[in-house]
Amino acid sequence: MKFIVPIKQVPETSKVKMDPVTGTMIRTGVEAIINPLDLYAIETAIRLKEQLGGSIIIISMGPMQAMKAIREAIAMGCDDGVLLSDRAFGGADTWATAYTLSLAVRKLGEADLILCGERATDGDTGQVGPGLAAMLDLPIITYVAKIESIGHEMLRAERLVEGGREIVSLKTPVVMTVVKEIGVPRLPTLRGILRSKKTEIKVWGPADICADVSLTGLKGSPTRVVRIHHPQVTRKGEQIVIKEPQDVEKAANSIMAFMKQRNIP
Amino acid sequence: MTLSIDQKAVVWKNVWTLAEQKGNKLHPVSYELLGRGRKLADDRKCLLCTVVIGNQIDPKDLQELIERGTDRLYVIDDSKLKNFLVEPFSNVLVFLINKYHPEIIIAAATTTGRTIMPYVAAQIRAGLTADCTDLEIEPDTGLLLQTRPAIGGNIMATIKTPDARPQMTTVRPKSTRIPVRQSGRKGEIINVNLPEGKLDSRIIFECFIPDETGRSSIEDADVIIAGGAGVKTADGFDIIEELAKRLHGAVGASRLCVDHGWQPYSRQVGLSGKTVSPRLYVACGISGAIQHLAGIHTAESIIAINTDPNAPIFQLADLGIVGNLFDILPEVIEQLDQD
Repeated sequence: MKFIVPIKQVPETSKVKMDPVTGTMIRTGVEAIINPLDLYAIETAIRLKEQLGGSIIIISMGPMQAMKAIREAIAMGCDDGVLLSDRAFGGADTWATAYTLSLAVRKLGEADLILCGERATDGDTGQVGPGLAAMLDLPIITYVAKIESIGHEMLRAERLVEGGREIVSLKTPVVMTVVKEIGVPRLPTLRGILRSKKTEIKVWGPADICADVSLTGLKGSPTRVVRIHHPQVTRKGEQIVIKEPQDVEKAANSIMAFMKQRNIP
Repeated sequence: MTLSIDQKAVVWKNVWTLAEQKGNKLHPVSYELLGRGRKLADDRKCLLCTVVIGNQIDPKDLQELIERGTDRLYVIDDSKLKNFLVEPFSNVLVFLINKYHPEIIIAAATTTGRTIMPYVAAQIRAGLTADCTDLEIEPDTGLLLQTRPAIGGNIMATIKTPDARPQMTTVRPKSTRIPVRQSGRKGEIINVNLPEGKLDSRIIFECFIPDETGRSSIEDADVIIAGGAGVKTADGFDIIEELAKRLHGAVGASRLCVDHGWQPYSRQVGLSGKTVSPRLYVACGISGAIQHLAGIHTAESIIAINTDPNAPIFQLADLGIVGNLFDILPEVIEQLDQD
C-alpha cells in the first residue's frame, strides 16, 4: 500500500505563555513542531504499513525549516519526504494550500490512502484535508476515530460525529482525516533518527509540480486576512474564596444566582 | 483547475444558509444560522434563502424556517440523502450554487458543515473561512467580513474574499440565538430536481451508533459541566454527571482526564478536542492550560471552581470559586433539588 501523509509545521502553542498584562501570547522563542494533530495521521499510516506493508511519503508545504518536521516524521517510521518550498507558495490560504498539495500528490502518483490530521493547531480550520480530496476527485472520510478493517481495497472506518459514531465503508483510494482517539503517536527511535538524517528529502517548487502560480500562495488565495487583533482574554469576574465550611453555601448561592440571572437551565 | 463557470460573468446575489437534518428533524443549528443570515441579507438588501438537503423532510420544519426568517427554501429530498455522505451532498450544493449564484453561504461548523463546505469550496474556487465568531458586511464594498479566532483563540483574524464567489463561512453551533418565530410569515419553497448521477457516492453509510449515555453531546449542549485533574478519578466524575443531569447539560473533560481514561475522547474540550460554545461552562478542578482555554473562549459564560487561587482558568471566568469541587457541587445540587 502507498500512503501519503501531508503535514504542517506549526508553532508549539502549548509552551506559549500569556502576557499577564496585555493578555496576549508571547511568541518569542517558540519552537516549531509537527502539528500535534498530524502525529495521529502519521501514527495511523505507520500502523497500517506494519499490518499491510507498503511505504509512507510525508509531504509538507512551508519554508526550508519545515524539513525538520519531515525528518521527525521519517524518524517515527515513515519512508520518504517531499518539501514544497518556494516563494510562490508563501501566504497561501486553505484553497491555495490544497491546490499545491494536490499537485504534489498527483505527481507522487496513485496513493491508496492519504491520511491527514483533523486540523492544524495554528490555523485551526480543518479545511485542507477535505479541499485536497475534492481537488484530487477522491472521497473523504473526516473525523475517523478507528479503522475497523482494511484489505482487498475495501476499508471500513468509524467516524466520530455529534452524539455518536458513524460506520462507513468504501473502496480505496480515499482521503481521511483522523482524530486523536485513533492511537497514541509513537516517539522516534534512535535508528529512525539516524535513518531520517540519511534520507534525501526532495524539495519541489512550482515547476516540479506543474503549478499555475496564479493559483498558489497569496496570489492564488481567494481569501485575504485584512486585520489581526489580540483579544483581551481575561473576563475575570467576581471571585469567592472558601475559607470556612459555611462559605460553601454562600458559594453555591452565588452559582445559583448566576444561573438564574441568565435563565439557565 | 478547470472551473465549471466563469465567476466574473455572473451576478452573485442573496445570502444562503445550509440547514442540517438529524433523524427526521432539522438540527436546531439550522434555525440558529437564520439569525446570522437575516442580518446579512438585510444589510445587502437581498433575500435570505435556505438549502435543505435530506430525506422525508418534515413540512412543519420548512414552515418553521420561513417563520424564523428565511425567504426562500431550496429543498432536495431523496432517499439517497437520508444520511450525510460527502459526495452527493456536495454535488447537490455545487449544482445549486452554479444554478442560482448565491453571494454568501453560511453553514454550521459541525462535522457535516466542516466536511461539505471545504469539499465544495475547493471545487468551485470559493473563499471559505471556518468557525467565524462574527460576520458583518463592510459598508463601502459590500463584502463579507469574517472574524475568527486562530492560534488557539489567542488572535482574532478578520478575513474577506475580494473576488472569488460565493463567500463561504462556517459558524459554531450555539454561537447565535434562534430568531423569534413570526407565525404566519410567508416564504417560497422550491423543490429542486437534480440531473442524473448527482447522488452517487463512493462511500457507503453502514450505521450510526449513538453514544450510550443518551445525553446531549458537548457540541450541542447549552450547559457543559467539565472536570479536570481536580476530579482525581473516574468515579470523581459521578458528581459532575449528577450536576449535568440536573441542568440538562453535557459532561466535558480536560485532556488529562481523557488521557487517563476517566472520560471518552468525545468529551474532550480544548485544542486537541472540541471547541465549545455553550451558554454556561462550569470548569471543575480545571487549572486552565492554554490548550483548554482555547476550547472555551466562545462560551457565553464561565464558572470556575478550583482550589488554586492562581489557576489561569480564573482569568477567563465570570464567576470564580476558590474551593474544593467536592464540597461545592453537592451543595449546588442540593439547592437545585430544593428549587
